[in-house]
Amino acid sequence: MEMKQHNWIPGNFKSVPDIGRSAQNDSVQHGWTPITTTTSVLGVVFDNGVALAADTLTSYGSMACFQNNPRILTVNKNIIVAASGEYSDFQFIRDAVEEKVRTEISLNDGISMKPKALYTWLSRVLYNRRTKMKPLWSTFLVAGIQNDEPFLGQIDKLGTAFVDEQIACGYGAYLALPLLRKGIEEKREKSNSKLTKEEAVDLLKKCMEVLYYRDARSHDKYQIGVVTKDSVEVLDLALKPTWEVAKLVQGYE
Amino acid sequence: MSSIGTGYDLSASQFSPDGRVFQVEYAFKAVENSGTAIALRGSDGVVFAVEKLVTSKLHEDGTGKRLFSIENHIGMAVGGLMADASAILDIARGEARSFRQSYNVPISLKYLNERLSMYIHAHTLYSAIRPFGCAIIIGSYDSTDGPQMYMIDPAGVSFGYFGCAIGKAKQTAKTEIEKLSLKTMTCKELIKEAAKIIYMVHDELKDKQFELELSWVGKHTDGKYEEVSKEVYEDALKYAKASLDDDSGSDGE
Repeated sequence: MEMKQHNWIPGNFKSVPDIGRSAQNDSVQHGWTPITTTTSVLGVVFDNGVALAADTLTSYGSMACFQNNPRILTVNKNIIVAASGEYSDFQFIRDAVEEKVRTEISLNDGISMKPKALYTWLSRVLYNRRTKMKPLWSTFLVAGIQNDEPFLGQIDKLGTAFVDEQIACGYGAYLALPLLRKGIEEKREKSNSKLTKEEAVDLLKKCMEVLYYRDARSHDKYQIGVVTKDSVEVLDLALKPTWEVAKLVQGYE
Repeated sequence: MSSIGTGYDLSASQFSPDGRVFQVEYAFKAVENSGTAIALRGSDGVVFAVEKLVTSKLHEDGTGKRLFSIENHIGMAVGGLMADASAILDIARGEARSFRQSYNVPISLKYLNERLSMYIHAHTLYSAIRPFGCAIIIGSYDSTDGPQMYMIDPAGVSFGYFGCAIGKAKQTAKTEIEKLSLKTMTCKELIKEAAKIIYMVHDELKDKQFELELSWVGKHTDGKYEEVSKEVYEDALKYAKASLDDDSGSDGE
């Protein structure tokens, strides 16, 4: 009976190696398309901290489905994380991270996670999942203070991870990243210094406005999370869009 | 002891002819040898205090703690065999975690108490395993249920309490606790009384050195279980020592 399952050949008293079945059972595809999605996240390092920006829209295809879905997570006193992509995958990671933090608090040894640790952990989780051909369809930006220095890193659904002073994912990588770099560069040329917190937040606000007008999956309500050596805050913000100029756009009819 | 030599005390799964389970009674004895631990449930929270006996001068301060955090809002005090207590702590944390994973809300103390009681009780039923040589007190605070507290003994029996004590001087401690009007007192008042009781019941002749441990959970900690701050600790310690001096003074007169 056992042998029958293993390509048993009548008359033979041994099984032969499995040479495959019909094609439909050969492989299973998992999660090749995200369903409920969020758009770009922007991050920028300033003189004594890091700021992240992300809107609060979760789309279902092209439908603006959930308009008040925050996705900047305050992990602990010196880490914030934001995600873009499949929202449920973000929720899955969020629950796991919150669990880690709770465990850490329970241990009561006064040690708390640092951003680089979370960044590395996330990169291992996402890489592991893509290796299983079951990627978590998300891009994460990890921001925080690592040994008194600002830290900003990104991990994508393939497990590719890198650290930089300004990061944008999704549409932001095309539309906002050049603006972020320009803002940082101009400040450096002017006074040979990094952005201040206020300048960084203003820069992100400008980028979020640009994205709102050009990215069809974006939203006018958004959040900016700011982490410095002695504070973590997440601000709720809203744009005041004007579409007056729309009628001046010509030539696309 | 009547149990020794009769053969009825070798297994937890066999009664003696007069209806006792000696293995479980021995477990109670293990708890009675440990330093005293008390917990008081007031109007706005629960406070814990432990007389941690220091068995060697070579021990580092603050090690070998007997107050633990199970979840954000749940604390635990233990008495008896520390290794057994650690095993229960692990189980308790696992219960809290799996409850949160299933229902996305923090576990209620009532339910945790039920699970832990049954777990401890199950260890009194089989010949292959030994009962836990420890008793535990669990306490929590949340805005819907208010302050909650339970004590579980090595037999797996548990009750809800306003004040309870385990360990060496549990009788004296209980008498002292009964003098307090627990239901109307706040954590800030109770923490001092708790410290006082621990200092009062400590037997200097038998056990020389001990360390006082204090922790609480309540409205004032925003429903989070935590060790008390250094200032509160020092205040309570001062109060405890002062009232002890008063007592010994009046005894002399």
